[in-house]
Amino acid sequence: MALLQISEPGQTPDPHQRRIAVGIDLGTTHSLVASVRHGVAECLPDDQGRVILPSVVRYLAGGGRQIGWDAVQAGVDDPVNTISSVKRFMGRGLKDVALAAKLPYQFVDHPGMLGLQTAHGEKSPVEVSGEILATLRYRAEDTFNADLYGAVITVPAYFDDAQRQATKDAAQLAGINVLRLINEPTAAAIAYGLDNASEGVYAIYDLGGGTFDISILRLTQGVFEVVATGGDSALGGDDYDHALADWVLGQLAAQSGSVSNVCSNLGAEPQCASSCANFGSSNSRSPADKAALKAAARACKEALTATDSVTFSAVLTGAQVTFDVKRSDFDAATSALTARTLSAVRKVLRDAKLTVDEVKGVVMVGGSTRMPQIQQAVGDFFGQPPLNNLNPDEVVALGAAIQANQLAGNNPGGDLLLLDVIPLSLGVETMGGLVERIVLRNETIPTAKAQDFTTYVDGQTALALHVVQGERDLVSDCRSLARFTLRGIPPMTAGAARIRVTFTVDADGLLSVSALEQTSGVEASITVKPSYGLGDELITHMLQDSFASAERDMYVRAIVEARVDADRMILAAQSALAADGDLLNNAQRAEIEQLMRQVRAACDLNDAPAIEAITAMLAKGTEAFAALRMNRGIQNALSGKNIATI
Amino acid sequence: MNLQSDDFELFGLAQSFAQDRAQVDARWKDLQRQAHPDKFADQGAAAQRIAMQWSVRINEAYQRLKDPLKRAAYLCELNGAPVNAENNTAMPATFLMQQMAWREALDEAESADDLEKISQQVQQASREVLQKIEQLIDEQKAYTEAVGQVRALMFVERFAADVDKRLDQLEL
Repeated sequence: MALLQISEPGQTPDPHQRRIAVGIDLGTTHSLVASVRHGVAECLPDDQGRVILPSVVRYLAGGGRQIGWDAVQAGVDDPVNTISSVKRFMGRGLKDVALAAKLPYQFVDHPGMLGLQTAHGEKSPVEVSGEILATLRYRAEDTFNADLYGAVITVPAYFDDAQRQATKDAAQLAGINVLRLINEPTAAAIAYGLDNASEGVYAIYDLGGGTFDISILRLTQGVFEVVATGGDSALGGDDYDHALADWVLGQLAAQSGSVSNVCSNLGAEPQCASSCANFGSSNSRSPADKAALKAAARACKEALTATDSVTFSAVLTGAQVTFDVKRSDFDAATSALTARTLSAVRKVLRDAKLTVDEVKGVVMVGGSTRMPQIQQAVGDFFGQPPLNNLNPDEVVALGAAIQANQLAGNNPGGDLLLLDVIPLSLGVETMGGLVERIVLRNETIPTAKAQDFTTYVDGQTALALHVVQGERDLVSDCRSLARFTLRGIPPMTAGAARIRVTFTVDADGLLSVSALEQTSGVEASITVKPSYGLGDELITHMLQDSFASAERDMYVRAIVEARVDADRMILAAQSALAADGDLLNNAQRAEIEQLMRQVRAACDLNDAPAIEAITAMLAKGTEAFAALRMNRGIQNALSGKNIATI
Repeated sequence: MNLQSDDFELFGLAQSFAQDRAQVDARWKDLQRQAHPDKFADQGAAAQRIAMQWSVRINEAYQRLKDPLKRAAYLCELNGAPVNAENNTAMPATFLMQQMAWREALDEAESADDLEKISQQVQQASREVLQKIEQLIDEQKAYTEAVGQVRALMFVERFAADVDKRLDQLEL
């Protein structure tokens, strides 16, 4: 564990030193952390030289946790307390998890997000993900022997607002400053594009453990523009494992009635429904058997990447399952899954208004793209062999690290720019349970859209809004994001009020909503209380319970963080003055310099709230200056380019 | 130049319907290079807020400028002829007849090929309307007349979206 570095009063650390910024790929099956060192992005290994951290957390009966490889070892013996593929539960209710019956966990159903009953009591998927993120944070801090400045965390492009918010909450629990959430395919494109100096339209085919993403990007001179994105947030390598296990059991059952119990509880995937039909679909198999079958299927799948035939072998309660599986069998058993990915590819090309011929290259991301049938199917579809010269496991973390390095200001000359899109449309419920779309999918973010609403009855002073996300016409088919009520509308006759509701989607793809009654100018102050996420109170409570406070002194940490923020503001103001100080008159300049002196003086105190307060004043005092600078930047972008006819 | 400048001014483009898409795209990227919040990630909350406002404004303008229908409606509005689509749905009878014929064809379409055929007809119709709009706006400055064509194009595009939706459903 890294020790905190605390300076003598008056000797703040050199603010010009490199900031430790990392990219984190928080994956379904495994997670990685990468950073740019000596100008090159590389994945950071643990103390045993392994870069991959299995996304598995085990809660031990006697207290304590195992995270990563140790937890994997224990998975078969203690399946209920060993949580893997937790990413599939982020921001999800129990009804959303299609494979729930096949999983060995004790789920607790909640309206927003499910919980998992473990030896440590009920755990939210956010907490479990927080454990993984914290482990990676400590790995980075140990590597650099310094505190982490911030991280770029990747999410599947197809993640909705609830899943993104849950990921951000997990980072908060792990004490990580999130510089940006970026989409996994976009991160892969950064790593790939910068490595190969590519230009043109590229498709990123990303099949991970639990999610499938397909993104179309246009690369031009350092700008990575996402043209369209699509996919399936519940389709991945895990499904191939389950399909294979079901197929093997179906074959065995068909061969001999004596093993009829074997197939009974796999919940019958569509493609094996007929072979399993005789054996019903009760879910009586023990958690250990479920875990053993999944592990066996996974080993078999991975072996089939290199060989044409392999023996599926699993030890179940009272039965030993062995069966020879040929690669062609595996291909056939999973062809429906592969076809599902290709139909998502066709859809995204239609969205992008592009044809297959216009795609210059196809980048493969995610461990599941190692399966030969995937390489073959994707190659056939695009009429060219897919590109896979970067390690598909690492490429996402590497791209995120490059972006993190730039966002932290370590690469001032860098001209990398990401223009990403919102993956799913946002709308509100209208009369009759229909959806009125307000922000359409594949619109570049950040974006803001306004919609006017009015009152329905005389004297109405409140208006209930239901925000949903999805492409379907009926509210019941979309994901409910938030319900809230606008209050304080001045009483008027029905239809007279004009309430403008503005939906803002920030660069992380997260939504916020504000409202203004226009005829009276009354601003109805609203907070979106997500029906999915965790309230601030719950997060604070979890934070108090968590590793962060147990292992670190919160008080010292608060001061260090306040000083880091203060340094950052001073540095920003300094560089702004150096670059564009001529925009200010002497008085304005003196005012900012005075504030900077006050911030420096405050940093000498061991008083976090005081440092924060004066830093906030500096931020406020430089706002007008920032606006002037932005104007100059915009003018510069257009200078010499204006058409003579204006 | 400020947040209230019109889209054409913001992008440094002539106020005309005919636009070079490649140039619109390039301007958009030039502007986002200056304004995107990522460019101010280490510069504090004030700079972030301003960057967010500008970045949103630039994206809003880009959405209108790159899309011929939105661009035409915007030009009409800038020149005192708002489209008012929700209050004014009156269309010539011949146009409505053709819409109905398309709707029937869409209801009867069963295969992707059927849908592809309809899609091509719709694209052709859309091109013709766009040509008329360009003439009316850029040559004749006849904005009120152009509004009628913009409304027609709205119908055509809504129908095209329905065809796409059917294609999506066939995939499932």
